[in-house]
This record gives sequence, C-alpha cells and structure tokens, in this order.
Amino acid sequence: MSEKHAISPPPDAPSGAGGLRAWLESETPASAFQAKCVQMWLAWLKFSANPLAVIGLLIIVALVLVALFAPLLMTHDPLAQSLADRLLPPGEKGHLLGTDGLGRDIWSRIVAGSRITLYIVALVTITAPLFGLLVGTVAGYFGGWTDTILMRFTDIILAFPKLILALAFVAALGPGIGNAILAIAITSWPPYARIARAETLTIRKSDFIFASRLQGASSARIVAFHVMPLCMSSLIVRVTLDMAGIILTAAGLGFLGLGAQPPMPEWGAMISEGRKFLLDQWWVATMPGLAIFIVSLGFNLLGDGLRDALDPRSGQS
Amino acid sequence: MDLLFAIVRRMRPFVRLLLSLLVTFLGLLAITFFIGRVIPVDPVLAVVGERAPPEVYEATRKAMGLDKPLIVQFGIYIWQVMHGDLGMSLLTSRPVLEDIRRVVPATFELATVATIIGVLIGVPSGVMAAVHAGRWPDHLVRIIGLIGYSVPVFWLGLMGLLLFYGKLGWVGGPGRLDIFYEGMVPQVTGMILIDSLIAGDMSIFRNAVSHIILPSLMLGYYSLAYISRMTRSFMLEQLGQEYITTARVKGMSEARVIWVHALGNVMVPLITVIALSYASLLEGSVLTETVFAWPGLGFYITTALVSADMSAVLGGTIVVGMVFVGLNLFSDFLYRIVDPRAR
Repeated sequence: MSEKHAISPPPDAPSGAGGLRAWLESETPASAFQAKCVQMWLAWLKFSANPLAVIGLLIIVALVLVALFAPLLMTHDPLAQSLADRLLPPGEKGHLLGTDGLGRDIWSRIVAGSRITLYIVALVTITAPLFGLLVGTVAGYFGGWTDTILMRFTDIILAFPKLILALAFVAALGPGIGNAILAIAITSWPPYARIARAETLTIRKSDFIFASRLQGASSARIVAFHVMPLCMSSLIVRVTLDMAGIILTAAGLGFLGLGAQPPMPEWGAMISEGRKFLLDQWWVATMPGLAIFIVSLGFNLLGDGLRDALDPRSGQS
Repeated sequence: MDLLFAIVRRMRPFVRLLLSLLVTFLGLLAITFFIGRVIPVDPVLAVVGERAPPEVYEATRKAMGLDKPLIVQFGIYIWQVMHGDLGMSLLTSRPVLEDIRRVVPATFELATVATIIGVLIGVPSGVMAAVHAGRWPDHLVRIIGLIGYSVPVFWLGLMGLLLFYGKLGWVGGPGRLDIFYEGMVPQVTGMILIDSLIAGDMSIFRNAVSHIILPSLMLGYYSLAYISRMTRSFMLEQLGQEYITTARVKGMSEARVIWVHALGNVMVPLITVIALSYASLLEGSVLTETVFAWPGLGFYITTALVSADMSAVLGGTIVVGMVFVGLNLFSDFLYRIVDPRAR
C-alpha cells in the first residue's frame, strides 16, 4: 500500500473537501497514526450528529471556561460578607443572583464554586479509575488466587451503597474536602476494576501478549504497557458516565456538612446554607442547585453521547 | 445413591450462595471495623476526650479491648455484631440496635411508597417509550429519566417543599405528621399509614398521606427514571420477537399483544430491576430524609454523623449494607424461581 494512494482523495469525495478531510476519511490508512485519526474522526462525526451530546459537550466546555476565567467573571469577592446587603433578591444592587445570609454575592460564589466542582471531579476521575485499572488488570492477567481475592474484595466494596460507605469514611476521617474526595474515590473504583478485568480476560491470551512474553517482557511490563492501554477506551466511557454521579455525591456530602467546609463556596454546602431561608428567600438554595443540575446534566449527556459514539454494542439506542 | 447425588447437585447453588453471602457479610464487617477502629488516630481519645488522666485513658483502652491484637479485636467485634450488639449511641445513650429498630419502619414506609410510585409510573411509561420508540413519547421518557439522573435529590426535595408546601400549601411540611397529631396513634407496625388505619383514625391517615406524598414522590422519581429506562430496553427486545408477530397475525388486539404478551415476558427481569431500585432507595433516603426531617434510618445516620456518634453511624452502615446485600440476593433468587431458564 503506497503512501500516495492513501493521501489522494477518494474518487467520490465532495469537491469542496480539502486534503485533510480526505486524509481523515481514507479507507486505506498508511500509518498507525492515520488509522487512529480516522477512527477518532468517525467517532466525532457520530458524536456530533447527536444534538443532545453536543449540548452536553457545550455545557462542560462552558464549565471549564467559567472555572478558568473565574476571577474575570466574578462581580464580587465570593467570600466578602456584607451584612447590610444580606438576602437581597436577584438583580438588586448589582447582585445578579442575589445575596445569601451573610450578604455574599451568589453569582460570584457559584462561579468560584465551579473550580471546586472541577477539582473534585478531576481528582476522583484520576485516582479511582487508575486504582480500578490496576486491580482489574492484575486480577485478570494473573488469574487464580490473585483474581479470587482481588475480585472478592471488589465485590464487597460494591455490595455497600456508595453514599453510605462514603459517609462512614468521612465520619471516621473527619469532614473536609480532601477527605470527601478520598471517600468518593474509595467507594467508586470497584466498577472500573470489574470492567478492566473483563477486558483483560479477553486479551490476555492474545498472540501479541505471548509474543512480548517470548521477547522477555516482565509481567509488570506486559500489564502496564500492553494490557492497560487496551482497557482505556471502555474505562473512559464509564468514567464520563460516572462524573455526574461523582458531582451529585460530592454535593450531597457538602450538603450534609461533610465535604467542603464554610466559607468555601461549594455548591452543595451553599444549598445547605440556603435551606434556612428556603420559604422566604428561595434564591439562596435554588441557584447553586441549578448549577449542580446543569453541570451533571451536561456530564450525563456527554457520557451518553460518548458511549453511543465509541461503543459499537450500544449504537442503536 | 443417585438420589443423594441429585440432591447434592440441586443444593450446590444454594450452598455457594450461602458461602458467598457469608464472605460478603464478613467483608462488610471488616470494612466497618476498619473504619471504626483503624482509621481514627486514637479511638480512646474520641471517647474519653483529650484531657482525661492517664489512668482513665488506660482503663478505657482496656475496656474497649484495644490492648489486644487487632485480629482478636476483630473476632470480638464479629461476636458482638452477631449477637446484635452494635454498641451504645453517644447521642441517645441507648443501644444502637434498639434505636435502629425504632427508626427503620419510617424508612421502610417511605421507600415502599416511593417504589410503588416508581413502578406505577415507570413501568407504563417505559412500555409506551418502547412501543413508540424514536417518537415523542420515547424522547419524553428519556428526558424525564435524564433529569432524574442529573438532579441532586436533596435540592429537588427542597424545591418541592418550596413549591408545594411553601407556595401552594398542597402538602404537609417536614416530618411524618403535624405536631398536633404526633404520638396520637398507637404504635403497631411503626408505619403511620398502616397504624392509623388499624386505629381507624382517618384524619391522622389523611395527615400522614399529606406528609409522605412529597418525599416519596421525590424519592420515587429516581426509581421511576431507572425503572422506565430498563422497562423500555426489555420491551424493545421482546417486541422484536417472532411470537409478537404471530400474535398480531392471529388478529390479537394491539393492547393485548403489548400489555399481556410482551409485558408478561418482561416481568421476570423487571422484578430484579425493581428489587435493585428498592435497594438504591435506601441510599437515596439518607438525603431525602434529611431534607424532610423524616425520622428514619437515613436521618438517624446523618444526625449521628453531625454529632460524631461513630457506633450509631457504623451500626446504621452495617444494617443498610446487609439489607442491600440481602435485597440483591433476593432479586437473584426471585429471578431463578420465576424464570425456569435461569435455573
């Protein structure tokens, strides 16, 4: 297969399509890199044809932008109290979404809180899947007793309702955002271990694994460089689907006073503060809840879209 | 001899089930033990306080069995739990098990009503979504489900209170009854809806209904989302089968085809889904009960959390964990009984 053949546009390509597009839609990729690009391009086409998924993506992009440019978007200091201006309704005295019980600007607090939300999501989605990946691939690759013990352990954690276990962990560790993140990570890795193990079982008897073992690769090397990368795509889909759950759990912990501590503008904790004024000053509890809802809706839409685009098994739903 | 073998073969799945149940329970206890005794820097300090004299400290340490090796402590812990000793609650200074027994009926009542709502709305809407797959009823059900998965349940509860209690006044506020009625109904089952009916007091019953309707709707919304999504995918699978075509060709009415033939075959996996959603309601009830000041297990756990009452928290965790495992197993078991193919 010559390089020239791969790069020349297919005969039925639309005349307006540039070289890049043809290169991306080539049916005979010349290199592994091009093949990967073609695959990603096709997944993107499928993903972008799904309007809900695109909305989800836009919400998440907006969240990241808001978190990045938070200092520019905040109209007030999110921690500055002003008892004279407490419980102002939305729009009054330049407070876009009103003020809370201590006279702090709710809009600015929500904007500042987006950083906390992203921070929680990022930390959990880095640690829990990695740990699950490690447990799952090791269990699947070695099999036997290693598998039995590791998977038993996984199943036991899985047997607990997540929130209750996280509550118990935070109760023992003490409230705080770090401990809340730790507790969420501890309770959310088992599904990833299950997925990674299932993937490992299907590839551990492959020829390329035998080949690298014959070349003298150690088990650790095989697991880390040959097995783990192949488990990544199904893990990524699952992680995206779980992000909304992570946000809701973190917000729940914050609401119960176990997550981020005041005066941190964490959305769940803000709802909890607004609870006191619910019936008379509805906006204090409503606004941060809307933020949580929109963001976790975004993650759910994005996750559904990614699953449909990347996972051929569930493509028809 | 053959008969014996046959019996042994029949029993094997049950023995395996029991064994795995045993291992899971031991694992649950190992985790709560770990959380209660290992993570805190010094569990003795948590009890006696930082200014206690050394003699008191030592005595408490001995009394708590903390001078023994960890594995012995774990053995003692299992022994105590198996005998129903979950420790004393610092908050109520009563045995934790007694406390839990008192609060469980409220949670049971709430979760049951929520599940009934979830099934009554979720199953038909899932069926409609499957029958009209790709058209507006399908999209509607999907959007309702997406919202159910995305909304923080405690916030939804607060919004419900704000609208239906605060603004419209259609429902009762937090708690299980108005204060006026509190303690007026003799306890039989601990579930006020049933107790008030037993006592024949319709005004209390009506009041209890007005209090339970909102929290159970909020809680039921989540299970509705799950149940309708699963019903839809089960139904889609059935509606593509040939026996459905046969039934239609025979001239059977469309309603009968859908609601009797297809749904009848969906019932089996659906039972599992319903049992699982019931189990997850136990979890959802922690936040919902906190919002609605509903004096159940979830409220008990969160109240204990705030006052750092660890034995109450862990006792509640054990109970919820066991119920969770039990329900999972029960759904598995039902599945085997109802569906001969799964045997």
